[in-house]
Parts: sequence; structure tokens; C-alpha cells
Amino acid sequence: MLLAVVLKTLFIVLVAIGALAPVITWIERKQSAVMQDRIGANRADIAGITALGLLHPLADVIKLLSKEDVVPTGANRFMHLMAPMIAVVPAIIAFAVIPYGGVYQFGATTVSLVPADIDWGLLYLFATGSLAAYGGVIAGWSSNNNWSLLGGVRNTAQMISYEVTMGLSVVGIFMVFGTLKLTDMAIAQDTTFRVFGFLQLIGFDEMPATLDWVRLPYWGIFLQPLGFIFFLTCIMAENKRPPFDMPEGESELIAGYFLEYSGMRFGLFYMAEFIEVVVIAGLLTALFLGGWSVPYLSQEMIIAAIEPVLGVGLATVLCMGLHVTTFLLKVLVMIWFQMLIRWSLPRFRYDQVMDLCWKIILPLSLANIFATALVMLAIGAA
Amino acid sequence: MVPIEHAIALSAALFTIGIVGALTRRNLIVILMSIELMLNAVNLAFVAFNRLWASSPDGGSQLDGQIFVMMVITVAAAEVAVGLGILIALVRNRDSLDVEDVSLLRW
Amino acid sequence: MGVEAFLFYALALLSLFSAVAMVGFVRNTMAGALSLVVTMISLAGIYVLLGAHLVAAIQIIVYAGAILVLFLFVIMLLDLRTDDFGSMRPGRRLLKVVGVVVSTALCAVIVQLLPDALPEAGPLPDGFGGFRDVGIRLFTEYVVPVETAGLLLLAAIVGAVILAKRRID
Repeated sequence: MLLAVVLKTLFIVLVAIGALAPVITWIERKQSAVMQDRIGANRADIAGITALGLLHPLADVIKLLSKEDVVPTGANRFMHLMAPMIAVVPAIIAFAVIPYGGVYQFGATTVSLVPADIDWGLLYLFATGSLAAYGGVIAGWSSNNNWSLLGGVRNTAQMISYEVTMGLSVVGIFMVFGTLKLTDMAIAQDTTFRVFGFLQLIGFDEMPATLDWVRLPYWGIFLQPLGFIFFLTCIMAENKRPPFDMPEGESELIAGYFLEYSGMRFGLFYMAEFIEVVVIAGLLTALFLGGWSVPYLSQEMIIAAIEPVLGVGLATVLCMGLHVTTFLLKVLVMIWFQMLIRWSLPRFRYDQVMDLCWKIILPLSLANIFATALVMLAIGAA
Repeated sequence: MVPIEHAIALSAALFTIGIVGALTRRNLIVILMSIELMLNAVNLAFVAFNRLWASSPDGGSQLDGQIFVMMVITVAAAEVAVGLGILIALVRNRDSLDVEDVSLLRW
Repeated sequence: MGVEAFLFYALALLSLFSAVAMVGFVRNTMAGALSLVVTMISLAGIYVLLGAHLVAAIQIIVYAGAILVLFLFVIMLLDLRTDDFGSMRPGRRLLKVVGVVVSTALCAVIVQLLPDALPEAGPLPDGFGGFRDVGIRLFTEYVVPVETAGLLLLAAIVGAVILAKRRID
């Protein structure tokens, strides 16, 4: 029991934080370079071998570790030192409920590839998001600097506003799948649904059998397209990703709330931001893109297909590997998508960000909840 | 599982710390935070007693305590919003956070 | 001693410690607010141990994640660092000491009465404290308090906006 949890946690720490977060720095540099028609960073080398710039994250780490650690005079030393840790911990513990694989039966034992299978998984993610607000707050206040304070105040206001709308945009998904447990949501997304099924509601009782073959995977993005758009916006704003990075506005506030940080403390904030990118990608995948499920090939179909050749045990293991690979691929696609948004849109102004939250997304997500409820009632009655 | 008396004792202790804070400190914000601490202590008492009498006679679960805790949290949120509004207005007018300065109506 | 008991006592000690720290940090209001955050998070952990999962999640999301952030916001906006206040009126200190003594005595009396008062806790029914159970009850049996709470929050929002607005004369 304990060994299983330790192994799953180790997998998350090694893959998501150890491997993906540095790769994201590389992706950011190379993708922005490709989008801006230049080459990007490619000079870091070991003994003359530049691996297309893949050694730059390593160079970054060495640079950050060897810088002088400055605590400004007049700053509260304890809080200045604690703020980066408070910023990075909620980002890391958010991985505990994201399922990177399904539920597999190996004879008598059931293996579920998620470190903590709690009943209220989605609420846990909101709780960690709420706690993440404190890192920026404490960093901004404890630096004894006007620009940091302004950045901290903006950060707080933005994060607590977008927590509300983040919760509301996912209520639609919650209603459709009927559960807060991310593993159950991923399992429910493992099937397909008929695209023309709505014709039955309008009155066409007899449908030609050929139309039944037009199916889409039962993914959140097809069931709740508006919810996807709102949730994407809100979670990018919550984690201060550009174009919502007012609190770290490089041109307005110098660097906002992490102005007075140098060396590895700045590295921790930086790492927190990139771990949050992976969390966003993982969440979007688990909620809207079907998680670990292969589109059109459900778990039973895969195991039944391989079973005659290799036996049940090996078939399940192969299916597990396929699911984990699919999850990682989807996460990479979502990371690429976030980088695409980052490098195409200019930064929003602060009042535009607040307007967007309270005046646009909040009423629209409430309308989305109403519409979802109406559609579910109509389908249930039919 | 821990005997429920210990949770109630913790609730009583936190409540007392809240009262002491509200009585002794002169900073308005700390007084507001002590009131929040008292509300939390009461929430803990509710949840602990709910755990104690968790099963209702017909076999289901009795959740009155937890629902009351939700109401208390809601009321606390409303009270904090209004209380901080009053505090900001006071600080703007008197330029001091001392509760002794807000004593015009006292005998 | 099981893991649950160990966790309970650890969280209880942490919450007591940070509550005392909140009241005791005379010079630094921000540190006091952050100690209160620690208290609330440890109380949320104790709620999970007592089987109230939804309440624990709501405690962190609403109390520690929004209400206390509002406190920190006000502390940052008003830029309050220390309190050095003037001296108190003559009888005040005595009154405060009397108040502290009386409340501590009350607490001691309550704690002493406890061991004989309460029965043992029974086993938990299925799905106790989960979001499904509490949610269904909130919207069927207790729908009137929920709606009234909504009205109360509306009144609080309007009141807070009016109180904190600058006079436009």
C-alpha cells in the first residue's frame, strides 16, 4: 500500500517535475524562436556538442545556483525566505490527484495510476489553487519595495477573482460526469457518443443505422466546449500565465513581486511557474481531453485485442503503457498550446483582466450551467 | 480514533485564545482575526460533535453539524467583508488602528 | 498509537501554537495573519480526520484561501507594519488581566468537565461527510438557510462596497 503510493509519487516527481519542467524551458525558447522566425538559444554545449539547445536548462540551473543570495535590508528575512517555498509547494502537490493512467486489474490486485484517489479530487485542486495565492502575496509584501508591493496586490486580486470563475466553469463538467473524482471522469471519457443523437430529442425516433457510425469520443471538450474555453482562460489567469501576467509585468513593474529575488530563490519561483504549466496541461487533459484514454479505442477493446496473442497480464501491462504514453502526449500538446497562446497575445491591462473575470466570464459560466442543466433534463426525459 | 473529548478540549482552548486576543490587543485587525479564531473554534466543536453522533437512528448519517459549519463559514465571510470595510473607513478617518481611539461613545 | 492519532495530536499542537503566535506577534501584523492561516489549514486537516471532507475542502477554499487573503490584502493596502500605540488609561490594564484570568478559568472548567460527559464515537456510516450527502441535504432539507445565506452575502457585498468607497463630494 505504502510502497504503491511512494512509487506513484516518485513517478510524478521524476517525470513531471524532473523531466517535463526543464523541457518546458527548452520548449518555450525553441517554440518562441520558431514562431518569431529566429533560431533561439543553442550555444550551451558540453565538450562541443550542442544538443539543439537542450543543455540550456542545465546551464540555467548552474547559473541560478551559483548566484549570490540577496535579502534586501529592511525586509522581513523569514518571510522573504519562505515565500518561494510557499509558492512552489501548492504547484507540486496539485499532481497528487491527476490520473496519468487508468484502473487495471492484475488478477486479485487493482492498480490505479494516481497517487491519491480522493473522492473530492476536483475540490482538492481548487484548494491548492487557493493556497497558491499566498506565495505571491508574501513575496510582494516582504521585499520592502513599492514595486513588489504593487505586484503583490495585483497578484492577490487577480488570483482570488479567477478562483471563483474557475470553480464555476467546471460545474458543467461536474454535472455531466456526476463525480468529482478525476479517475472516474477519465474512465467515463473512455467511450464514444453518437453525434446525431440529438435528433432523437427533436422527434426523429427512427434513425438510419449509418448515422450511428458518426461518433465522437465522449470527451469534455465536445460535451462542454464553452466550459473548456472558460476554464482555459481562468486557469491561465489564476497561474499568472501570459497574457495574464500583470503581476509580473516586465515592462510596467520591473518584475513585479519577484523583483528582489536572486539566485535559486528566483529559480524556485520560475520553477513554480513551469510546474504550474504542467499542472494546467494535466488538468485540461484529465477534464476535457479524456485523460489517459486513447480516442475511439476503449480499454476493454485494447486488452481484448492483445489478449489472444500475449495473455491477459501482459496485455494489461501493454495497455497501461499505451495509456500513460497517450496521457503524456496529450499533456505535451496542451503545453504546446499554452506556449502558442503565450507568444501570440499581448499582455492584458489590469482593469481588462478584472473586467473579463467579473463582467464576462462569471455571467457566461452561470449561463453555461443553466444550459447544461436544461440539456441534461431534456436528454433525461427523452 | 482519538476520543472526541480531545477535539472539544482543543476547541475550548482555541476559543479562549481568541477571547484573550480580542480582550488584550489594541490593534483592530488583530481583534478581527481573534474573532475569526473564535468562529473556527466553534466550527471545530460542531464537527467534533457531529462525528460523535454521526449515525441517525434509521441507519443514515446525521449531518446537521457540518451544514451548520457551512452556514457559519458563510456568515464569517460576510462579517469579514463588512468588518474590513468598516476598518478601512476608520483608518481613513482617524489615521490610526488603535481601538482606544474609537472610544467617543464610551463612558 | 495509530497514524490517525499521531496526525491529530500533531495538527492540534500546530493549531494551538499558531493561534498563540497570532495573538502574540505584537510587532508584526502580517506574521500574525499568516499564523492564523496555519491554524486554519491545520484545522482543515483535523476536519478530514473527523470525517468531514467537504467541510475541510470548503475551509481551505473559502476561509484560508479567500477570507484570510482579504485580510492580507487590507494589511498590504494600508501598509501596516507595526503597532506602537500610546499608553493605556489607568484602569485598563487591570481590566484586561481580569478578563484573561476569567476566560482561562472558564476554559479550565470546561476541559475538566469533559472526560465524564461524552460517550464513545461509533463507526462512520457510508459516505459520511462526502460532497454527495452534504450536497443533497443542503438543497433539499436545508434549502431555506442556503438561500438566506445568499441574501446575506448580497447584503454584505453592498455594505462593504459602500463602506470602503471614497467620498466623491
